[in-house]
Amino acid sequence: MSAFSAIGEDVERDRNEYTPGLEPQPTWCPGCGDFGVLKALKGAAAELGLSPEEMLVCTGIGCSGKLNSYFDSYGFHTIHGRSLPIARAAKLANPGLTVVAAGGDGDGYGIGGNHFMHTARENHDITYIVFNNEIFGLTKGQTSPTSPKGHKSKTQPHGSAKDPIRPLSMSLNAGASYIARTAAVNPNQAKEIIVEAIEHDGFSHVDFLTQCPTWNKDAKQYVPYIDVNDSEDYEFDNTDRSEASEMMFETENALHEGTVLTGRYYVDDRPSYQQEKQRIGEIPDEPLAERYFDDDYEWERVYDSFLDKHK
Amino acid sequence: MTDDELIWRIAGGSGDGIASTSQNFAKALMRAGLHVFTHRHYPSRIRGGHTYTEVRVSEDPVKSRGDGYNFLLALGDSFARNPQENAYYGNEEVKPLSENLDELNEGGVIVYDSGLLDTEDIPDFDERVADNGWHVYDIDLRTIAREHGREVMRNTAGVAVTCAIANIEPRVIKSLMEDTMPEKVFEPNMSVFDDAYETVQEEFDADAPDISVPEGDHDEDQVLISGSDSIAYGALDEGCRFIAGYPMTPWTEVFTIMSQNLPEVGGISEQVEDEIAAAALALGASHAGVKAMSGSSGGGFALMSEPLGLAEMTETPVVLVEAMRAGPSTGMPTKPEQADLEHVLYTSQGDSHRVVFAPAGAEEAYRQTRRAFQIAYEYQIPAIVLYDQKNGGELQNVPASVFDEEPNPDLGSVVTEAELADAPHDPSGKYNRFQHDVDDGVSPRSIPGQEGGRYLATGNEHMPAGHISEDPDNRVNQVDRRMEKMEAIRADLDADEGTNAHHGPEDAEYGIMTFGSQQGTVEEAVDELNEQGHSVKSLGVSELAPYPVEEVSAFIESVDEVLVVEMNASAQFRGLTQKELGRYGEKLSSLLKYNGNPFEPGEIVDGFVTSIVEDGTLPGHETKFVPAASD
Repeated sequence: MSAFSAIGEDVERDRNEYTPGLEPQPTWCPGCGDFGVLKALKGAAAELGLSPEEMLVCTGIGCSGKLNSYFDSYGFHTIHGRSLPIARAAKLANPGLTVVAAGGDGDGYGIGGNHFMHTARENHDITYIVFNNEIFGLTKGQTSPTSPKGHKSKTQPHGSAKDPIRPLSMSLNAGASYIARTAAVNPNQAKEIIVEAIEHDGFSHVDFLTQCPTWNKDAKQYVPYIDVNDSEDYEFDNTDRSEASEMMFETENALHEGTVLTGRYYVDDRPSYQQEKQRIGEIPDEPLAERYFDDDYEWERVYDSFLDKHK
Repeated sequence: MTDDELIWRIAGGSGDGIASTSQNFAKALMRAGLHVFTHRHYPSRIRGGHTYTEVRVSEDPVKSRGDGYNFLLALGDSFARNPQENAYYGNEEVKPLSENLDELNEGGVIVYDSGLLDTEDIPDFDERVADNGWHVYDIDLRTIAREHGREVMRNTAGVAVTCAIANIEPRVIKSLMEDTMPEKVFEPNMSVFDDAYETVQEEFDADAPDISVPEGDHDEDQVLISGSDSIAYGALDEGCRFIAGYPMTPWTEVFTIMSQNLPEVGGISEQVEDEIAAAALALGASHAGVKAMSGSSGGGFALMSEPLGLAEMTETPVVLVEAMRAGPSTGMPTKPEQADLEHVLYTSQGDSHRVVFAPAGAEEAYRQTRRAFQIAYEYQIPAIVLYDQKNGGELQNVPASVFDEEPNPDLGSVVTEAELADAPHDPSGKYNRFQHDVDDGVSPRSIPGQEGGRYLATGNEHMPAGHISEDPDNRVNQVDRRMEKMEAIRADLDADEGTNAHHGPEDAEYGIMTFGSQQGTVEEAVDELNEQGHSVKSLGVSELAPYPVEEVSAFIESVDEVLVVEMNASAQFRGLTQKELGRYGEKLSSLLKYNGNPFEPGEIVDGFVTSIVEDGTLPGHETKFVPAASD
C-alpha cells in the first residue's frame, strides 16, 4: 500500500464531506463574504471528486486564514503573508497533492506581496484565493492595500493618500498563468472559477470579492456584478495577453467607480514551474515525499559520488 | 621544519587565484601524507583588495591556523585594476608585502614577485628584514609565467619556488596539477614550474632558511574538507532532499554545495525571494513529508524568526543553518565572529524552544548536522547548526572514513496509514496529531495524502486535532508537552558519548571553556600551556540548547578558575553558561576577540598567563580580558 492512498482516483463526492462535523462553527460575522469562499471551495472540491485527504489548504492570518478551520482537509494555517512559500514547497515535495493557498488582501497583496509576485513569476501549480474585502477585518477595520483612495480608518484618519493596488494587473505582470475575479455574491460563477483554477496546471490567482458587513459597509462588492465572460459588451480573448491586460485595467477602474466586473481574465498554457524544473533535471519524476515510505527505494550515500573531489 | 612546521601564506588580490592555488597546494601536501589546515582572509569585494590564505602543514595533526606564519608568497597585482588616483583602494600595489609583515615569524621566508612588487615602496623594509632574520627571494614570477604560458600562471611559479626553498618534492605538486588541469593548460604550467624551480636552484641559496617539509604517511585515506562541505554532506547523508535559501556570505557555501549535489540524488533546491520564504519553504516541504533544511547568516536568519516560531508551534521538523559573521546588521561580511549566539538561542516570540548545535570542526560538523536532523525529526522541533565564517571556510584533512556511514531515510516520529486506522481522532474526524498525553512529549504526525490523517497545523494555540483554541487547560497541556520535549532531548543527547570535547589533564588546576570554531585553537593553547608548566584543561561545548548543565557544572567544579574564550564583545557564551547553571559568576572570566580575525593559540596562551596566572593586564587591543564577577 502506498503511503498516500488518499491520492488517486477521483470519485463522486458530496460537498458535506469537507465540513468538519459540528465543530468548529465559523466565527465569521453574519453576512460575511468569507462564507461564499468556503461554499465555493467545497462545491469545487466535490465537483472535482477530490478526497479531503489529498488536499492541502494553506492559509495566512486574518478572517480569511480561518478557511481551513472550516474546510476539512489537511491544512496549514501559517503566519501573516506566508501561505504561498509554504504551499509551493508542499506541492514540490508531493505533486500528487492538490494545494490551495488562501489569504486576505492585506495578507496577500500587503505583507505577502513579495511572495505573491515570485510565486506568480515561477508559475507554481497551486491555486491562490485572495479574499478581497478592501479592508483589514480581524485587526478591526484598518485601511488595506485594496482600500480606495481617500478611505478613512483609524489608522488613516485623513483618508488614504494611496491609490489602491490593482491585483489583477499586478498578477498578470508578475506572471500568473490563470487570473480570475469572482465574488461571494455570485456563488455559481465562484464555484466554476475555483474548479477551473484547481484544474489549471500553473499558478492560478483568484481575486475573490468578499463583502465585509462589519468594517466596510461602503464596499462595492454589494452591487450587482457583471460576468464579463457572459456579457456581449465585454467580448475579449482571455488567452491574449494585451486584451486581457486592457480588460483587467477596465475592470479595476470600474470597481473603483462602483461597477463590479468579474470573470476569467487570463488563461496561459505555458508549462508550470514543476514541469520546467523537471525538464532541466532539477526535480525528480516521482513524488519526493513517497521515497521516505518506499522500502525499495535505494538511498544514495554521499561518499560514493561526492567525496572523490576532496581526495 | 623550522618551528616544526610550515605555515605558508599566499597573498595577493581577490581574483588572483589565491584560493584555488592554496587549495591545490594543501591537497597535494595532504596526499603526501601530511596534516594540513587552511585559513582564509578576504575582503568583501570581488576583484582587488588584499587577500591571503594560510596553509599550515605538519607531520602531526593540526587543529588551528597556528601562530603567525613563516613563509610568505606575495603575488599581488590586482590593485592595478583600480587606477583612479586617490581612489579609496588607490595605490595598493605593495600590500601583498606590506600588509603581511607584522605576522611573519622570525627567520621566516619572503618570496615576492619582483615583476609586480617593489620593496622600495615599503619604508624600513631592509631594516625589518635584518632585524627579524628574514630570508628574501625576489623573483620575477610574472616574466617566468609569460615566457612559458600566461601571466596567471605566476601562481604556479610561486608554488614551484616554495617547493625549491621548502624542499617539497615537485612530484607531489605536479601529480595533483596533472589530475586537476586540462592538458592544454597543464603543459605550459609544467614549464613554468620547472623554470621557476630551476631559477631558485641556480640563482639563490635555496638551503639558507632551515625549512624542510618531509613526506609523511597517513594511516588511512584522507579528504581535504571544510565545515561547509561537512554540513552539506551530513545533511545529504541524513536524507535531506530539500533546501531553500537566499545567498548570504558565508552561508552561501552550504547552499551552493547542496544545490549542486541535490539534483544528483533526486532532491530539490530552491533559491527564493528572501529568507522568510526560504525558511517557510523548508517548513512546507517538511510538512509534506520530506527532510528539509534552510539557513542563512545573521541578517538573513533574523528574517527567519517568524517561520522558526511557526515550526515550533506546529511541531514541524526543520534544520536551519546559521553561519555567523561579524555584526550587528550586515557587519563585516567576510570576517568571523561568534556573536549571533544569543540571537539564535532566543529569536522568535513566546515560550519557544529549539535545539542548537555548534560544531567545532569539519568532522564534528558532519556528525552534528546528522544529529540535528535526527533530533529535529524525532522530536518535531527546529534544530539549528550554528557555525561561523571561520570553520565554514577552513579546509582541513579528515579521514574519508568519517563520511563512510549509512544514509538515513527515517522520517522520525510519523504514523503510517495502518497506524492511523487505530489512532485517536476527534469528533470531526480529524487525527489527534497534537495529543496531550504522549511519551516524551512527542505526538507522531501524519503526512498530507495519508488516509485518515487530516489535521490542521497552525501557529495559533490549538487542540489535539489542530483546531484553534484559547481554552486555558488545553493551553497549559500543550505548552507543558512542548517543553517536555526539551528534557527528553537533553536525556537523549547526554547518552551520546564525547560530543562536547574534553582536552588536557583531567586533574588540571585551571580550565578553559569555549564553543564552536575556537575549540581546536583552545586545545592547541592548552597543550602549549601544559608544556610551559601550567596545569590547564579545556572543554569545548558544542551542544548549546538544551545546555549540557551537568557536564559543564562538573567541569567548572573540578577546577579553581575557568577562562571562557569566545569571538564576541559581550561574552555571550559565558552569559549563557551562568544563566543555565545559575551560578559560578565568581569563577568564570572571559577572553574575547572581535576584530574580525579568529584567535591564534598564542593569544590564548598569553591571555591565560597574563590575566589568570599573573593577574596582570593584557597589552594591546587584539584581545580583551573581562574578569570574574568577584574580581
